[in-house]
Amino acid sequence: MANELPFEKPLIELRAKIEEIRKFGIEKEIDIAEEINRLEQRYADLEVEIYSNLSASQKMQIARHPMRPTTLDYIQHIFEDFIELHGDRSYGDDLAIVGGIAKLNGIPVTIVGHQKGKDTKDNIARNFGMPHPEGFRKGLRIMNQANKFKRPIITFIDTPGAYPGGAAEERGQAEAIAKNLLEMAGFRVPIICIVIGEGGSGGALALGVGNRVLMLENAIYSVSSPEAAASILYKDASKSLLAAESMKITANYIQDFGVADDIIPEPKGGAHQNVKEQAENIKDTILRHLEQLNGLDEFEIKEDRYKKFRGIGSFTTLENVF
Amino acid sequence: MFKDLFNKKRKYATIPSENSKRDNIPEGLMNKCSKCGTIQFNKELEKNLKVCSGCGYHFRLNAKERFQITLDEGRLFEFDSEMISEDPLEFPGYKEKIKKHQEKTGSKDAVITGEGTIGGFPVVVAGMSFEFFGGSMGSVVGEKVTRAIETAMNKNYPLIIFSTSGGARMEESILSLMQMAKTSAALKKFSDQGGLYISIITDPTFGGVPASFAMLGDYIIAEPGAAFGFTGRRVIEQTIRQNLPETFQTAEFNLKHGQLDKVVSRDQMRSTLIKLLDLHLTKEESDYGE
Ligand SMILES: [Zn+2]
Repeated sequence: MANELPFEKPLIELRAKIEEIRKFGIEKEIDIAEEINRLEQRYADLEVEIYSNLSASQKMQIARHPMRPTTLDYIQHIFEDFIELHGDRSYGDDLAIVGGIAKLNGIPVTIVGHQKGKDTKDNIARNFGMPHPEGFRKGLRIMNQANKFKRPIITFIDTPGAYPGGAAEERGQAEAIAKNLLEMAGFRVPIICIVIGEGGSGGALALGVGNRVLMLENAIYSVSSPEAAASILYKDASKSLLAAESMKITANYIQDFGVADDIIPEPKGGAHQNVKEQAENIKDTILRHLEQLNGLDEFEIKEDRYKKFRGIGSFTTLENVF
Repeated sequence: MFKDLFNKKRKYATIPSENSKRDNIPEGLMNKCSKCGTIQFNKELEKNLKVCSGCGYHFRLNAKERFQITLDEGRLFEFDSEMISEDPLEFPGYKEKIKKHQEKTGSKDAVITGEGTIGGFPVVVAGMSFEFFGGSMGSVVGEKVTRAIETAMNKNYPLIIFSTSGGARMEESILSLMQMAKTSAALKKFSDQGGLYISIITDPTFGGVPASFAMLGDYIIAEPGAAFGFTGRRVIEQTIRQNLPETFQTAEFNLKHGQLDKVVSRDQMRSTLIKLLDLHLTKEESDYGE
């Protein structure tokens, strides 16, 4: 298994040992079936033990895994007849965000998502999935079109955050994000947002104002990347693991806080272990939620979304304290 | 009362910084400008709306000082004054930090909201304070701003928000992030109803606040020299090792790059707001206060 993560090492070692014994048995013509069975059982137990007790920082490593399926992977597996659309019509075509139209079980939908690269070259072209203002504006343009033609919008969220650069600031990074939040809040069509990997900061939220916010089991969602948070909180970016734990970035917490509506299970070890299975899980979940929203009229769709975000927050008044 | 402030002939006790030692400045009586080193009496500085007589540097104001110089008679009918933050993430040290800032500033959180009048026009206002937790936006800031927007919507009053923020309230992580969506969604409703929203950006305003309500004004005005943007200069320099111009992200820089309508100095802010409010006065609204 290539690209294994540090905490997967015991599994890798055990797998190697099993293979070694198997080879030894064949070479020496010894019956080792019983021993192999015993080890396979131990492997299965170890797998459960490791993958069902993942810490926030371990999930973060899975969410950022170089083999993690991206928006375009899911588009290919979930939708039919995808046509990619390009550009914001003002400045350029930011490859950190992809979008287009396609069919989902025969229904026309609009898809927008962050796009990380598949290799170094691709990652440089896509700025590691960190959009510039023109990326957010391209996303908004495509979503506006969905609103016009009454197509549901599906967004895939997977970014460390908005691109931190001088040109991005000059072109209005803050305004671009803010405008997306404002406009998404007002769309008359259902919006389903799925955090498939990293949901980092306003750059993630700029595609995240949906009627439903879904998260993959190992996805993370936070106000800033744990590295950035650590440099602010502890003046030390290397304390990102501590920040990752403290900020409660994993899907179950995000659901507890009323932000995520549903968690989509991943194959053992993460989505990259079986993209097809993962895509099917996502597709089923999208369809289930679209079905739930099906009976609502345009006004109710907007209100449903408004209520969701209006209710998020944790505060009290002094009278309640005493 | 306010007008008198500006018509008075200004007199300053200014001493060039080279000629004085920091130690010689009597604490609480005088102030040294961090930009040009001019030393001036606090009383004079306050009379000058906390703008340096030497270089025009706009000292940071907290929300109370802001309302004092903006609203008629400095009078605010405050909303949600007792709202305080919880510790939803059970974040180590958060409760203590909140308490420390409450004691230091006498405020409950980084924003004060309410209603008042400006030049006789009724308005809903929100003012942020950088001195409270770096003006960071957590649930309390998001909720109070959202309620202010909703009140402006219900009363059909114009909305004016003075922003300053160092960024998100890390200790509330995802809940902090979602306040951006909450406030923006409320502004969408307000805007669709025809509500007037004037956003005033003061030094400094970064992160979630400009990436939500601060950049969504019908009119966006900034104070001279106010730095604002999404990602701060230091982070950009550290992350991508880019050399940035001296003026990067200042109000003047942002004006040049099309990010705001106007840079307005503090002594002109109130009169500018009155002009803007007057331009939006409809027949129906003119009945207020009669
Ligand atoms: Zn000065």
